[in-house]
Amino acid sequence: MAEAAVAIPGLWRAAGRRLRAQRAAPLAALGLAVLVGLALLGPALSPHRYDGLDWQHLAQPPGSLAAHWLGTDRLGRDLYVRALHGLRLSLLVSALASAVSLVIGIAYGAIAGFAGGRTDGLMMRGVDVLYSLPYLFIVIILTSLMPRGSLAVLLLALGAVGWLTSARIVRGQTLALKRREFIEAARALGVRPLTILVRHVIPNLLGPVIVYATLTVPQMILFESFLSFLGLGVQEPRASLGSLVALGAQEMSSAPWMLLVPATLLVLLLLCLNVLGDGLRDALDPREC
Amino acid sequence: MLSYILRRLAGLLPTLIIIVTVSFLILRLAPGGPFDQEQTLSPAVRANLERLYGLDRPLAVQYLGYLRALAHGDFGPSLRSRDFSVGELIRQGVPVSATLGLSALALALLCGIPAGIGAALWRGRAADWLVSASSALGLALPSFVVGPLLVLIFALTLHWLPAGGWEGGSLRYLLLPAVTLALPVAAALARLTRASLLESLRAPYVRSARARGLGSARVLLRHALPPALLPVVSYLGPAVAFVITGSLVVETVFGLPGTGRYLVQGAIDRDYPLVMGMILVYAVLTLLLNFLADLAYGWLDPGVRHG
Repeated sequence: MAEAAVAIPGLWRAAGRRLRAQRAAPLAALGLAVLVGLALLGPALSPHRYDGLDWQHLAQPPGSLAAHWLGTDRLGRDLYVRALHGLRLSLLVSALASAVSLVIGIAYGAIAGFAGGRTDGLMMRGVDVLYSLPYLFIVIILTSLMPRGSLAVLLLALGAVGWLTSARIVRGQTLALKRREFIEAARALGVRPLTILVRHVIPNLLGPVIVYATLTVPQMILFESFLSFLGLGVQEPRASLGSLVALGAQEMSSAPWMLLVPATLLVLLLLCLNVLGDGLRDALDPREC
Repeated sequence: MLSYILRRLAGLLPTLIIIVTVSFLILRLAPGGPFDQEQTLSPAVRANLERLYGLDRPLAVQYLGYLRALAHGDFGPSLRSRDFSVGELIRQGVPVSATLGLSALALALLCGIPAGIGAALWRGRAADWLVSASSALGLALPSFVVGPLLVLIFALTLHWLPAGGWEGGSLRYLLLPAVTLALPVAAALARLTRASLLESLRAPYVRSARARGLGSARVLLRHALPPALLPVVSYLGPAVAFVITGSLVVETVFGLPGTGRYLVQGAIDRDYPLVMGMILVYAVLTLLLNFLADLAYGWLDPGVRHG
Protein backbone atom coordinates (compact mmCIF):
# COMPACT_ATOMS: atom_id res chain seq x y z
CA MET A 1 0.00 0.00 0.00
CA ALA A 2 2.85 2.32 0.82
CA GLU A 3 4.21 1.91 -2.68
CA ALA A 4 0.86 2.79 -4.16
CA ALA A 5 0.65 5.88 -1.99
CA VAL A 6 4.07 7.03 -3.14
CA ALA A 7 3.90 6.19 -6.82
CA ILE A 8 0.42 7.18 -7.86
CA PRO A 9 0.08 10.85 -6.81
CA GLY A 10 3.09 11.84 -8.93
CA LEU A 11 1.70 9.99 -11.90
CA TRP A 12 -1.75 11.52 -11.41
CA ARG A 13 -0.45 15.04 -10.88
CA ALA A 14 1.59 14.86 -14.07
CA ALA A 15 -1.36 13.39 -15.91
CA GLY A 16 -3.62 16.13 -14.59
CA ARG A 17 -1.19 18.77 -15.80
CA ARG A 18 -1.06 17.21 -19.25
CA LEU A 19 -4.84 16.95 -19.30
CA ARG A 20 -5.28 20.64 -18.48
CA ALA A 21 -2.76 21.55 -21.17
CA GLN A 22 -4.92 19.99 -23.86
CA ARG A 23 -7.37 22.14 -25.73
CA ALA A 24 -10.40 19.90 -26.19
CA ALA A 25 -10.39 17.81 -23.02
CA PRO A 26 -11.09 20.58 -20.46
CA LEU A 27 -13.89 21.83 -22.67
CA ALA A 28 -15.35 18.33 -22.82
CA ALA A 29 -15.08 18.03 -19.03
CA LEU A 30 -16.96 21.31 -18.67
CA GLY A 31 -19.61 20.15 -21.15
CA LEU A 32 -20.00 16.88 -19.29
CA ALA A 33 -20.38 18.72 -15.97
CA VAL A 34 -23.10 20.90 -17.49
CA LEU A 35 -24.92 17.86 -18.88
CA VAL A 36 -24.73 15.98 -15.59
CA GLY A 37 -25.95 19.10 -13.75
CA LEU A 38 -28.84 19.45 -16.18
CA ALA A 39 -29.74 15.82 -15.75
CA LEU A 40 -29.73 16.11 -11.96
CA LEU A 41 -31.34 19.52 -11.48
CA GLY A 42 -32.98 20.35 -14.81
CA PRO A 43 -36.25 18.41 -14.44
CA ALA A 44 -36.97 20.13 -11.12
CA LEU A 45 -36.90 23.58 -12.80
CA SER A 46 -39.99 22.77 -14.83
CA PRO A 47 -43.41 22.20 -13.23
CA HIS A 48 -44.10 19.23 -15.50
CA ARG A 49 -43.49 15.55 -14.88
CA TYR A 50 -41.96 13.14 -17.39
CA ASP A 51 -45.21 11.18 -17.60
CA GLY A 52 -47.62 14.10 -17.19
CA LEU A 53 -50.04 14.57 -20.07
CA ASP A 54 -51.18 17.98 -21.30
CA TRP A 55 -54.21 17.41 -23.52
CA GLN A 56 -54.47 21.09 -24.44
CA HIS A 57 -51.03 21.12 -26.09
CA LEU A 58 -50.34 18.07 -28.24
CA ALA A 59 -47.23 17.97 -30.46
CA GLN A 60 -46.29 21.61 -30.04
CA PRO A 61 -42.92 22.73 -31.48
CA PRO A 62 -40.28 24.28 -29.17
CA GLY A 63 -40.65 27.98 -28.46
CA SER A 64 -44.33 28.10 -29.34
CA LEU A 65 -45.47 27.87 -25.73
CA ALA A 66 -44.28 29.53 -22.56
CA ALA A 67 -45.28 26.48 -20.50
CA HIS A 68 -43.34 23.85 -22.48
CA TRP A 69 -39.81 25.10 -23.18
CA LEU A 70 -38.87 22.47 -25.74
CA GLY A 71 -42.37 21.67 -26.93
CA THR A 72 -44.45 18.57 -26.35
CA ASP A 73 -44.83 15.14 -27.94
CA ARG A 74 -47.90 13.54 -29.46
CA LEU A 75 -49.37 12.79 -26.04
CA GLY A 76 -48.70 16.30 -24.77
CA ARG A 77 -45.79 15.28 -22.57
CA ASP A 78 -43.21 17.99 -21.90
CA LEU A 79 -40.17 17.31 -24.07
CA TYR A 80 -37.72 19.31 -21.94
CA VAL A 81 -38.50 17.24 -18.88
CA ARG A 82 -38.61 13.98 -20.80
CA ALA A 83 -35.29 14.60 -22.56
CA LEU A 84 -33.52 15.47 -19.29
CA HIS A 85 -35.18 12.53 -17.58
CA GLY A 86 -33.87 10.33 -20.39
CA LEU A 87 -30.41 11.89 -20.03
CA ARG A 88 -30.46 11.08 -16.32
CA LEU A 89 -31.53 7.50 -16.93
CA SER A 90 -28.94 6.98 -19.67
CA LEU A 91 -26.19 8.35 -17.42
CA LEU A 92 -27.32 6.25 -14.46
CA VAL A 93 -27.66 3.01 -16.41
CA SER A 94 -24.35 3.41 -18.21
CA ALA A 95 -22.44 4.37 -15.05
CA LEU A 96 -23.85 1.41 -13.15
CA ALA A 97 -23.29 -0.95 -16.08
CA SER A 98 -19.68 0.24 -16.36
CA ALA A 99 -19.26 -0.38 -12.63
CA VAL A 100 -20.74 -3.88 -12.93
CA SER A 101 -18.47 -4.76 -15.85
CA LEU A 102 -15.44 -3.28 -14.06
CA VAL A 103 -16.04 -5.28 -10.89
CA ILE A 104 -16.42 -8.53 -12.84
CA GLY A 105 -13.44 -7.67 -15.03
CA ILE A 106 -11.17 -6.78 -12.09
CA ALA A 107 -12.06 -9.90 -10.14
CA TYR A 108 -11.69 -12.21 -13.13
CA GLY A 109 -8.56 -10.64 -14.58
CA ALA A 110 -6.76 -10.29 -11.25
CA ILE A 111 -7.46 -13.90 -10.29
CA ALA A 112 -6.38 -15.21 -13.71
CA GLY A 113 -3.20 -13.15 -13.77
CA PHE A 114 -2.31 -13.85 -10.15
CA ALA A 115 -2.97 -17.60 -10.37
CA GLY A 116 -1.00 -17.90 -13.60
CA GLY A 117 -0.14 -21.16 -15.31
CA ARG A 118 -2.93 -23.46 -16.41
CA THR A 119 -5.71 -21.62 -14.53
CA ASP A 120 -4.72 -18.41 -16.30
CA GLY A 121 -4.61 -20.14 -19.67
CA LEU A 122 -8.01 -21.70 -19.20
CA MET A 123 -9.66 -18.53 -17.90
CA MET A 124 -8.30 -16.34 -20.69
CA ARG A 125 -9.18 -18.96 -23.30
CA GLY A 126 -12.75 -18.61 -22.05
CA VAL A 127 -12.55 -14.85 -22.58
CA ASP A 128 -11.26 -15.42 -26.13
CA VAL A 129 -14.21 -17.65 -26.95
CA LEU A 130 -16.68 -15.14 -25.50
CA TYR A 131 -14.99 -12.42 -27.56
CA SER A 132 -15.76 -14.25 -30.77
CA LEU A 133 -19.46 -14.52 -29.90
CA PRO A 134 -21.58 -11.90 -31.61
CA TYR A 135 -22.08 -10.28 -28.20
CA LEU A 136 -24.68 -7.71 -29.18
CA PHE A 137 -26.92 -10.55 -30.27
CA ILE A 138 -26.50 -12.28 -26.97
CA VAL A 139 -27.50 -9.02 -25.26
CA ILE A 140 -30.50 -8.64 -27.53
CA ILE A 141 -31.59 -12.19 -26.81
CA LEU A 142 -31.03 -11.77 -23.08
CA THR A 143 -33.06 -8.59 -22.89
CA SER A 144 -35.79 -9.74 -25.24
CA LEU A 145 -36.35 -12.92 -23.27
CA MET A 146 -36.42 -11.34 -19.80
CA PRO A 147 -39.27 -9.31 -18.34
CA ARG A 148 -39.38 -6.02 -20.23
CA GLY A 149 -38.16 -2.80 -18.76
CA SER A 150 -36.41 -4.38 -15.83
CA LEU A 151 -33.41 -2.14 -15.11
CA ALA A 152 -31.65 -5.04 -13.39
CA VAL A 153 -31.76 -7.14 -16.57
CA LEU A 154 -30.53 -4.20 -18.61
CA LEU A 155 -27.61 -3.64 -16.23
CA LEU A 156 -26.76 -7.31 -16.16
CA ALA A 157 -26.86 -7.64 -19.94
CA LEU A 158 -24.68 -4.54 -20.44
CA GLY A 159 -22.27 -5.55 -17.70
CA ALA A 160 -21.99 -9.03 -19.18
CA VAL A 161 -20.77 -7.46 -22.41
CA GLY A 162 -18.28 -5.00 -21.01
CA TRP A 163 -16.18 -7.05 -18.66
CA LEU A 164 -14.17 -8.94 -21.27
CA THR A 165 -11.83 -6.11 -22.24
CA SER A 166 -11.33 -4.94 -18.67
CA ALA A 167 -10.51 -8.52 -17.64
CA ARG A 168 -7.77 -8.58 -20.30
CA ILE A 169 -6.32 -5.24 -19.22
CA VAL A 170 -6.39 -6.20 -15.54
CA ARG A 171 -4.76 -9.55 -16.22
CA GLY A 172 -1.92 -7.89 -18.12
CA GLN A 173 -1.36 -5.41 -15.30
CA THR A 174 -1.47 -8.18 -12.71
CA LEU A 175 1.13 -10.22 -14.57
CA ALA A 176 3.46 -7.22 -14.54
CA LEU A 177 2.74 -6.41 -10.86
CA LYS A 178 3.26 -9.99 -9.73
CA ARG A 179 7.01 -9.80 -10.28
CA ARG A 180 7.46 -6.59 -8.29
CA GLU A 181 9.47 -6.67 -5.08
CA PHE A 182 6.70 -5.63 -2.70
CA ILE A 183 4.55 -8.58 -3.80
CA GLU A 184 7.49 -10.90 -3.37
CA ALA A 185 8.14 -9.43 0.07
CA ALA A 186 4.53 -9.99 1.10
CA ARG A 187 4.75 -13.54 -0.12
CA ALA A 188 8.02 -14.13 1.74
CA LEU A 189 6.35 -12.83 4.90
CA GLY A 190 3.74 -15.56 4.52
CA VAL A 191 0.74 -13.37 3.62
CA ARG A 192 -2.08 -15.44 2.18
CA PRO A 193 -2.54 -15.16 -1.62
CA LEU A 194 -6.07 -13.78 -1.35
CA THR A 195 -4.87 -11.04 1.02
CA ILE A 196 -2.00 -10.17 -1.33
CA LEU A 197 -4.50 -9.94 -4.17
CA VAL A 198 -6.91 -7.69 -2.30
CA ARG A 199 -4.42 -5.54 -0.37
CA HIS A 200 -1.51 -5.21 -2.79
CA VAL A 201 -2.41 -6.16 -6.35
CA ILE A 202 -5.86 -4.65 -6.89
CA PRO A 203 -5.13 -1.18 -5.40
CA ASN A 204 -2.12 -0.89 -7.70
CA LEU A 205 -3.95 -1.64 -10.90
CA LEU A 206 -6.81 0.76 -10.32
CA GLY A 207 -5.18 3.61 -12.29
CA PRO A 208 -5.23 2.19 -15.82
CA VAL A 209 -8.52 0.53 -15.06
CA ILE A 210 -10.16 3.83 -14.15
CA VAL A 211 -9.00 5.31 -17.43
CA TYR A 212 -10.43 2.34 -19.24
CA ALA A 213 -13.69 2.85 -17.37
CA THR A 214 -14.09 6.37 -18.76
CA LEU A 215 -13.79 4.82 -22.20
CA THR A 216 -16.47 2.22 -21.37
CA VAL A 217 -19.11 4.72 -20.24
CA PRO A 218 -19.85 6.12 -23.72
CA GLN A 219 -19.96 2.58 -25.08
CA MET A 220 -22.49 1.62 -22.44
CA ILE A 221 -24.56 4.70 -23.26
CA LEU A 222 -24.54 3.64 -26.90
CA PHE A 223 -25.56 0.09 -26.04
CA GLU A 224 -28.27 1.20 -23.67
CA SER A 225 -29.78 3.71 -26.06
CA PHE A 226 -29.51 1.19 -28.88
CA LEU A 227 -31.42 -1.42 -26.86
CA SER A 228 -34.01 1.17 -25.89
CA PHE A 229 -34.21 2.21 -29.52
CA LEU A 230 -35.07 -1.36 -30.48
CA GLY A 231 -37.72 -1.32 -27.73
CA LEU A 232 -35.81 -3.80 -25.58
CA GLY A 233 -34.54 -1.44 -22.90
CA VAL A 234 -36.33 1.24 -20.89
CA GLN A 235 -40.11 1.04 -21.28
CA GLU A 236 -42.82 3.71 -21.50
CA PRO A 237 -43.72 5.97 -19.80
CA ARG A 238 -40.12 6.18 -18.64
CA ALA A 239 -37.72 7.53 -21.21
CA SER A 240 -34.10 7.05 -22.07
CA LEU A 241 -32.34 9.02 -24.80
CA GLY A 242 -32.53 5.94 -27.05
CA SER A 243 -36.27 5.41 -26.65
CA LEU A 244 -36.87 9.15 -27.18
CA VAL A 245 -34.90 9.02 -30.43
CA ALA A 246 -36.92 5.98 -31.52
CA LEU A 247 -40.16 7.79 -30.74
CA GLY A 248 -38.93 10.90 -32.51
CA ALA A 249 -37.91 8.91 -35.58
CA GLN A 250 -41.48 7.67 -35.93
CA GLU A 251 -42.88 11.19 -35.81
CA MET A 252 -40.16 13.07 -37.63
CA SER A 253 -42.16 13.92 -40.74
CA SER A 254 -44.70 15.90 -38.70
CA ALA A 255 -42.77 16.74 -35.51
CA PRO A 256 -39.01 16.82 -36.28
CA TRP A 257 -38.17 18.44 -32.92
CA MET A 258 -39.15 15.21 -31.18
CA LEU A 259 -36.15 13.63 -32.90
CA LEU A 260 -33.81 16.62 -32.80
CA VAL A 261 -33.99 17.37 -29.06
CA PRO A 262 -32.99 13.92 -27.70
CA ALA A 263 -30.59 13.32 -30.62
CA THR A 264 -28.72 16.55 -29.87
CA LEU A 265 -28.42 15.66 -26.18
CA LEU A 266 -27.21 12.15 -26.96
CA VAL A 267 -24.61 13.33 -29.46
CA LEU A 268 -23.34 16.07 -27.13
CA LEU A 269 -23.03 13.58 -24.28
CA LEU A 270 -21.16 11.02 -26.38
CA LEU A 271 -18.92 13.70 -27.87
CA CYS A 272 -17.93 15.03 -24.43
CA LEU A 273 -17.28 11.56 -23.04
CA ASN A 274 -15.25 10.46 -26.08
CA VAL A 275 -13.10 13.57 -26.14
CA LEU A 276 -12.55 13.44 -22.38
CA GLY A 277 -11.68 9.74 -22.55
CA ASP A 278 -9.17 10.33 -25.35
CA GLY A 279 -7.68 13.23 -23.42
CA LEU A 280 -7.30 11.12 -20.28
CA ARG A 281 -5.66 8.33 -22.23
CA ASP A 282 -3.21 10.69 -23.90
CA ALA A 283 -2.48 12.37 -20.58
CA LEU A 284 -1.66 9.10 -18.86
CA ASP A 285 0.34 7.80 -21.79
CA PRO A 286 2.89 10.58 -22.30
CA ARG A 287 4.19 9.23 -25.61
CA GLU A 288 4.03 12.37 -27.75
CA CYS A 289 1.59 11.81 -30.57
CA MET B 1 0.68 -21.32 -45.93
CA LEU B 2 -2.12 -23.60 -47.12
CA SER B 3 -1.77 -25.90 -44.12
CA TYR B 4 -1.86 -22.83 -41.86
CA ILE B 5 -5.09 -21.65 -43.47
CA LEU B 6 -6.67 -25.10 -43.16
CA ARG B 7 -5.58 -25.40 -39.54
CA ARG B 8 -7.04 -22.00 -38.68
CA LEU B 9 -10.31 -22.83 -40.48
CA ALA B 10 -10.59 -26.10 -38.58
CA GLY B 11 -10.00 -24.15 -35.38
CA LEU B 12 -13.13 -22.11 -36.09
CA LEU B 13 -15.34 -25.19 -35.84
CA PRO B 14 -15.16 -25.68 -32.02
CA THR B 15 -15.89 -21.96 -31.60
CA LEU B 16 -18.98 -22.33 -33.78
CA ILE B 17 -20.17 -25.35 -31.79
CA ILE B 18 -19.72 -23.37 -28.56
CA ILE B 19 -21.70 -20.48 -30.05
CA VAL B 20 -24.51 -22.84 -31.11
CA THR B 21 -24.58 -24.49 -27.67
CA VAL B 22 -24.55 -21.26 -25.69
CA SER B 23 -27.25 -19.63 -27.83
CA PHE B 24 -29.35 -22.79 -27.70
CA LEU B 25 -29.16 -22.89 -23.92
CA ILE B 26 -29.86 -19.19 -23.43
CA LEU B 27 -32.85 -19.36 -25.77
CA ARG B 28 -34.38 -22.45 -24.19
CA LEU B 29 -33.70 -21.68 -20.55
CA ALA B 30 -35.24 -18.21 -20.79
CA PRO B 31 -38.90 -17.95 -19.81
CA GLY B 32 -41.58 -17.80 -22.49
CA GLY B 33 -42.21 -19.87 -25.58
CA PRO B 34 -42.98 -19.34 -29.27
CA PHE B 35 -46.72 -19.84 -28.84
CA ASP B 36 -47.23 -17.52 -25.88
CA GLN B 37 -48.48 -14.43 -27.70
CA GLU B 38 -51.48 -16.11 -29.28
CA GLN B 39 -53.94 -15.96 -26.41
CA THR B 40 -56.68 -17.92 -28.15
CA LEU B 41 -54.65 -21.12 -28.31
CA SER B 42 -56.33 -23.99 -26.46
CA PRO B 43 -54.07 -26.32 -24.46
CA ALA B 44 -54.70 -29.19 -26.87
CA VAL B 45 -53.75 -27.16 -29.95
CA ARG B 46 -50.71 -25.84 -28.16
CA ALA B 47 -49.61 -29.33 -27.17
CA ASN B 48 -50.08 -30.47 -30.76
CA LEU B 49 -48.05 -27.55 -32.09
CA GLU B 50 -45.30 -28.27 -29.63
CA ARG B 51 -45.29 -31.92 -30.60
CA LEU B 52 -45.20 -31.00 -34.29
CA TYR B 53 -42.02 -28.97 -33.79
CA GLY B 54 -40.54 -31.45 -31.32
CA LEU B 55 -40.57 -28.92 -28.46
CA ASP B 56 -42.08 -31.46 -26.06
CA ARG B 57 -39.03 -33.72 -26.17
CA PRO B 58 -36.16 -33.50 -23.66
CA LEU B 59 -33.79 -30.58 -24.24
CA ALA B 60 -30.78 -32.81 -24.88
CA VAL B 61 -32.67 -34.73 -27.59
CA GLN B 62 -33.75 -31.45 -29.22
CA TYR B 63 -30.18 -30.17 -29.10
CA LEU B 64 -28.71 -33.26 -30.72
CA GLY B 65 -31.50 -33.28 -33.30
CA TYR B 66 -30.76 -29.64 -34.13
CA LEU B 67 -27.04 -30.35 -34.53
CA ARG B 68 -27.76 -33.34 -36.78
CA ALA B 69 -30.09 -31.27 -38.97
CA LEU B 70 -27.50 -28.47 -39.13
CA ALA B 71 -24.85 -30.90 -40.32
CA HIS B 72 -27.17 -31.64 -43.26
CA GLY B 73 -27.61 -27.92 -43.92
CA ASP B 74 -31.15 -27.85 -42.53
CA PHE B 75 -31.91 -24.87 -40.29
CA GLY B 76 -35.39 -26.09 -39.44
CA PRO B 77 -38.80 -24.45 -39.93
CA SER B 78 -39.64 -20.93 -38.81
CA LEU B 79 -42.17 -21.16 -35.99
CA ARG B 80 -43.81 -17.84 -36.83
CA SER B 81 -43.52 -17.40 -40.59
CA ARG B 82 -45.16 -20.79 -41.12
CA ASP B 83 -44.78 -20.81 -44.90
CA PHE B 84 -41.01 -20.40 -44.85
CA SER B 85 -38.14 -22.49 -43.61
CA VAL B 86 -35.34 -20.65 -41.81
CA GLY B 87 -33.05 -21.60 -44.69
CA GLU B 88 -35.33 -19.73 -47.11
CA LEU B 89 -35.46 -16.66 -44.88
CA ILE B 90 -31.66 -16.68 -44.66
CA ARG B 91 -31.36 -16.95 -48.44
CA GLN B 92 -33.71 -13.97 -48.79
CA GLY B 93 -32.00 -11.85 -46.15
CA VAL B 94 -28.30 -12.49 -46.67
CA PRO B 95 -27.97 -10.82 -50.11
CA VAL B 96 -29.55 -7.63 -48.74
CA SER B 97 -27.39 -7.52 -45.60
CA ALA B 98 -24.26 -8.48 -47.53
CA THR B 99 -24.80 -5.78 -50.16
CA LEU B 100 -25.36 -3.20 -47.45
CA GLY B 101 -22.39 -4.32 -45.33
CA LEU B 102 -19.89 -4.59 -48.17
CA SER B 103 -20.81 -1.27 -49.75
CA ALA B 104 -20.60 0.42 -46.33
CA LEU B 105 -17.18 -1.13 -45.71
CA ALA B 106 -15.93 -0.08 -49.16
CA LEU B 107 -17.27 3.44 -48.63
CA ALA B 108 -15.60 3.67 -45.21
CA LEU B 109 -12.24 2.52 -46.58
CA LEU B 110 -12.41 4.86 -49.58
CA CYS B 111 -13.24 7.91 -47.44
CA GLY B 112 -11.54 7.12 -44.13
CA ILE B 113 -8.03 6.20 -45.22
CA PRO B 114 -7.45 9.10 -47.67
CA ALA B 115 -8.88 11.53 -45.10
CA GLY B 116 -6.48 10.20 -42.48
CA ILE B 117 -3.51 10.46 -44.86
CA GLY B 118 -4.47 14.02 -45.75
CA ALA B 119 -4.79 14.99 -42.09
CA ALA B 120 -1.38 13.54 -41.28
CA LEU B 121 0.35 15.22 -44.24
CA TRP B 122 -1.16 18.63 -43.50
CA ARG B 123 -0.81 18.29 -39.76
CA GLY B 124 -2.03 21.29 -37.78
CA ARG B 125 -3.59 22.94 -40.82
CA ALA B 126 -7.26 23.47 -41.61
CA ALA B 127 -7.55 20.10 -43.38
CA ASP B 128 -6.25 18.28 -40.31
CA TRP B 129 -8.58 20.18 -38.04
CA LEU B 130 -11.52 19.43 -40.31
CA VAL B 131 -10.76 15.70 -40.46
CA SER B 132 -10.15 15.44 -36.71
CA ALA B 133 -13.30 17.33 -35.81
CA SER B 134 -15.51 15.43 -38.22
CA SER B 135 -14.13 12.08 -37.15
CA ALA B 136 -14.75 12.94 -33.48
CA LEU B 137 -18.29 13.85 -34.46
CA GLY B 138 -18.66 10.72 -36.60
CA LEU B 139 -17.68 8.55 -33.65
CA ALA B 140 -20.16 10.29 -31.36
CA LEU B 141 -23.10 9.96 -33.76
CA PRO B 142 -24.86 6.64 -33.26
CA SER B 143 -26.32 5.02 -36.40
CA PHE B 144 -29.83 5.19 -35.05
CA VAL B 145 -29.46 8.97 -34.81
CA VAL B 146 -27.68 9.46 -38.14
CA GLY B 147 -30.18 7.30 -40.02
CA PRO B 148 -33.32 9.22 -39.06
CA LEU B 149 -31.48 12.56 -39.45
CA LEU B 150 -30.39 11.69 -42.99
CA VAL B 151 -33.94 10.60 -43.82
CA LEU B 152 -35.25 13.84 -42.37
CA ILE B 153 -32.87 15.92 -44.49
CA PHE B 154 -32.58 14.03 -47.79
CA ALA B 155 -35.92 12.25 -47.99
CA LEU B 156 -38.50 14.31 -46.13
CA THR B 157 -37.15 17.82 -46.65
CA LEU B 158 -35.22 17.77 -49.93
CA HIS B 159 -37.05 14.79 -51.49
CA TRP B 160 -33.87 13.64 -53.23
CA LEU B 161 -33.81 10.04 -52.01
CA PRO B 162 -36.37 7.52 -50.77
CA ALA B 163 -36.89 7.30 -46.99
CA GLY B 164 -36.57 3.53 -46.82
CA GLY B 165 -37.22 0.23 -48.54
CA TRP B 166 -34.97 -1.82 -50.74
CA GLU B 167 -36.42 -2.33 -54.26
CA GLY B 168 -33.78 -4.86 -55.29
CA GLY B 169 -30.92 -2.80 -53.90
CA SER B 170 -30.74 -0.02 -56.51
CA LEU B 171 -28.29 2.76 -55.73
CA ARG B 172 -30.96 5.27 -54.76
CA TYR B 173 -32.20 2.96 -52.03
CA LEU B 174 -28.75 1.80 -50.96
CA LEU B 175 -27.14 5.23 -50.56
CA LEU B 176 -28.56 6.50 -47.25
CA PRO B 177 -28.27 3.17 -45.36
CA ALA B 178 -24.72 2.60 -46.62
CA VAL B 179 -23.62 6.12 -45.63
CA THR B 180 -25.21 5.70 -42.19
CA LEU B 181 -23.41 2.42 -41.63
CA ALA B 182 -20.09 3.64 -43.06
CA LEU B 183 -19.83 6.90 -41.09
CA PRO B 184 -18.47 5.62 -37.74
CA VAL B 185 -16.13 3.16 -39.45
CA ALA B 186 -14.79 5.87 -41.75
CA ALA B 187 -14.27 8.14 -38.73
CA ALA B 188 -12.35 5.45 -36.83
CA LEU B 189 -10.27 4.61 -39.92
CA ALA B 190 -9.38 8.27 -40.50
CA ARG B 191 -8.22 8.69 -36.89
CA LEU B 192 -6.23 5.49 -36.94
CA THR B 193 -4.56 6.26 -40.27
CA ARG B 194 -3.69 9.79 -39.16
CA ALA B 195 -2.11 8.66 -35.87
CA SER B 196 -0.09 5.79 -37.30
CA LEU B 197 1.07 7.73 -40.36
CA LEU B 198 2.26 10.58 -38.12
CA GLU B 199 4.24 8.06 -36.13
CA SER B 200 5.79 6.41 -39.16
CA LEU B 201 6.63 9.78 -40.75
CA ARG B 202 8.90 10.40 -37.74
CA ALA B 203 10.55 6.98 -37.98
CA PRO B 204 14.30 6.83 -38.74
CA TYR B 205 13.89 4.92 -42.00
CA VAL B 206 11.60 7.62 -43.36
CA ARG B 207 14.07 10.32 -42.34
CA SER B 208 16.90 8.44 -44.02
CA ALA B 209 14.81 7.92 -47.16
CA ARG B 210 14.26 11.67 -47.23
CA ALA B 211 17.93 12.30 -46.59
CA ARG B 212 18.78 10.15 -49.59
CA GLY B 213 16.87 12.72 -51.62
CA LEU B 214 13.85 10.67 -52.58
CA GLY B 215 10.80 12.62 -53.69
CA SER B 216 8.12 13.14 -51.09
CA ALA B 217 5.51 11.15 -53.00
CA ARG B 218 7.89 8.21 -53.24
CA VAL B 219 8.82 8.43 -49.56
CA LEU B 220 5.15 8.44 -48.63
CA LEU B 221 4.03 5.59 -50.87
CA ARG B 222 7.03 3.29 -50.54
CA HIS B 223 8.35 3.93 -47.06
CA ALA B 224 5.93 5.70 -44.73
CA LEU B 225 2.53 4.39 -45.77
CA PRO B 226 2.88 0.57 -45.78
CA PRO B 227 3.91 0.21 -42.13
CA ALA B 228 1.39 2.87 -41.16
CA LEU B 229 -1.41 0.81 -42.65
CA LEU B 230 -0.75 -2.17 -40.35
CA PRO B 231 -2.88 -0.97 -37.43
CA VAL B 232 -5.51 0.00 -39.98
CA VAL B 233 -5.63 -3.55 -41.32
CA SER B 234 -5.81 -5.02 -37.84
CA TYR B 235 -8.71 -2.68 -37.16
CA LEU B 236 -10.56 -4.29 -40.07
CA GLY B 237 -11.60 -7.22 -37.89
CA PRO B 238 -13.39 -5.04 -35.31
CA ALA B 239 -14.66 -2.85 -38.16
CA VAL B 240 -16.31 -5.84 -39.79
CA ALA B 241 -17.88 -6.85 -36.49
CA PHE B 242 -19.10 -3.28 -36.11
CA VAL B 243 -20.60 -3.23 -39.59
CA ILE B 244 -22.32 -6.55 -38.94
CA THR B 245 -23.91 -5.44 -35.68
CA GLY B 246 -24.52 -1.96 -37.08
CA SER B 247 -26.40 -3.37 -40.05
CA LEU B 248 -28.96 -4.55 -37.53
CA VAL B 249 -29.72 -0.97 -36.51
CA VAL B 250 -29.60 0.36 -40.04
CA GLU B 251 -31.91 -2.37 -41.35
CA THR B 252 -34.38 -1.53 -38.59
CA VAL B 253 -34.19 2.23 -39.25
CA PHE B 254 -34.61 1.97 -43.02
CA GLY B 255 -36.94 -1.05 -43.01
CA LEU B 256 -34.63 -3.19 -45.15
CA PRO B 257 -35.53 -6.88 -45.61
CA GLY B 258 -32.16 -8.15 -44.34
CA THR B 259 -31.18 -10.74 -41.78
CA GLY B 260 -30.92 -8.26 -38.88
CA ARG B 261 -34.64 -7.64 -38.83
CA TYR B 262 -35.36 -11.37 -38.69
CA LEU B 263 -33.02 -11.70 -35.73
CA VAL B 264 -34.68 -9.00 -33.62
CA GLN B 265 -38.20 -10.05 -34.54
CA GLY B 266 -37.32 -13.71 -34.02
CA ALA B 267 -35.92 -13.02 -30.56
CA ILE B 268 -39.06 -11.13 -29.56
CA ASP B 269 -41.32 -13.89 -30.95
CA ARG B 270 -39.22 -16.70 -29.40
CA ASP B 271 -38.92 -18.19 -32.88
CA TYR B 272 -36.10 -20.51 -31.76
CA PRO B 273 -34.96 -21.94 -35.13
CA LEU B 274 -35.05 -18.50 -36.76
CA VAL B 275 -32.91 -16.86 -34.05
CA MET B 276 -30.48 -19.78 -34.03
CA GLY B 277 -30.16 -19.62 -37.81
CA MET B 278 -29.48 -15.88 -37.82
CA ILE B 279 -26.96 -16.12 -34.98
CA LEU B 280 -25.15 -18.83 -36.93
CA VAL B 281 -25.06 -16.72 -40.07
CA TYR B 282 -23.64 -13.74 -38.17
CA ALA B 283 -21.18 -15.89 -36.24
CA VAL B 284 -19.82 -17.54 -39.39
CA LEU B 285 -19.53 -14.13 -41.07
CA THR B 286 -17.75 -12.56 -38.09
CA LEU B 287 -15.32 -15.45 -37.71
CA LEU B 288 -14.54 -15.71 -41.42
CA LEU B 289 -13.98 -11.99 -41.92
CA ASN B 290 -11.80 -11.77 -38.82
CA PHE B 291 -9.81 -14.66 -40.21
CA LEU B 292 -9.38 -12.83 -43.53
CA ALA B 293 -8.24 -9.71 -41.68
CA ASP B 294 -5.65 -11.84 -39.84
CA LEU B 295 -4.41 -13.23 -43.14
CA ALA B 296 -4.13 -9.76 -44.64
CA TYR B 297 -2.15 -8.66 -41.59
CA GLY B 298 0.29 -11.54 -41.96
CA TRP B 299 0.65 -10.78 -45.64
CA LEU B 300 1.48 -7.11 -45.02
CA ASP B 301 3.78 -7.55 -42.04
CA PRO B 302 6.77 -9.81 -42.68
CA GLY B 303 7.33 -10.00 -38.92
CA VAL B 304 4.29 -12.15 -38.31
CA ARG B 305 4.30 -14.10 -41.57
CA HIS B 306 3.29 -17.70 -40.98
CA GLY B 307 5.27 -20.62 -42.38
